[in-house]
Amino acid sequence: MSDNTNVTRKPEAPASDMALLPPVDVIEDAGGITLYADLPGVPKDKLNLQIEGDTLTIEGEVSLDVPEGMESSHAEVNLPRYRRMFTLSKELDANKVSAEFNQGALKLRIPKAEHAQPRKIEIAVT
Amino acid sequence: MFYRSVFPRDLLSELDRLQREMQQSYEFSPSIRGLARGGFPAMNVGNTPHSVEIYAFAPGIDPAAIDVQLEKGVLTIAGERASLMPPKEANATVHIDERFSGRFRRVVTLSDDADPNGVSAKYRDGVLHVSVQRRQAAQPRRISIE
Repeated sequence: MSDNTNVTRKPEAPASDMALLPPVDVIEDAGGITLYADLPGVPKDKLNLQIEGDTLTIEGEVSLDVPEGMESSHAEVNLPRYRRMFTLSKELDANKVSAEFNQGALKLRIPKAEHAQPRKIEIAVT
Repeated sequence: MFYRSVFPRDLLSELDRLQREMQQSYEFSPSIRGLARGGFPAMNVGNTPHSVEIYAFAPGIDPAAIDVQLEKGVLTIAGERASLMPPKEANATVHIDERFSGRFRRVVTLSDDADPNGVSAKYRDGVLHVSVQRRQAAQPRRISIE
């Protein structure tokens, strides 16, 4: 028998890397895409929105008023972080994204680039 | 009932959690009010020697529209969250629809020493924080030995 311990589980991902997946609504209209996300417990200064290349990252740190010496007995929000990523398609204009964040609810508006705005195409019948 | 968590983790930690839950399910006995997890708003509960702290994660709601009641040791949090879905006649497509909308109500049974006169509630960053004081008599005291 060998002492090889390769079969044991690999250590879990560091706790600092695990995150909850915030629920979102994504709605598209002629002018662009509106994204709503729920990030309760995240103050404005702990919300991090990033667009790198065509990847949109929404990330937030939860910060609660916890009295000293509190012991948690039931936790459904059991990680102090939310994270979610989306891949944007190229007709969206990543430079014109606007965001509102109010009481833990995020609203992102990603407009379509000028050239991608819908146009009615006339069909010539000859 | 809700079977899907309001805040699922990423896939790997979901699988991890699934494994743990399957192990625990052998001793599974649900509460009389249904599954203890998964409704809206998500809830955390904690205890200190002086109080019970309840956190309800209900983002984007007018705090005036949330109803918090404590009756016979049962704390009820109820309200309504409006839908942001576009009206039918709007020329819009819904690609993802995960956020909760509509009326909600969640109930927590408090321990017997909860003081109905010592309740405070705050709403900040989309989290309703209810703090219920414990009655003096129930607080632990150090007994000196003579």
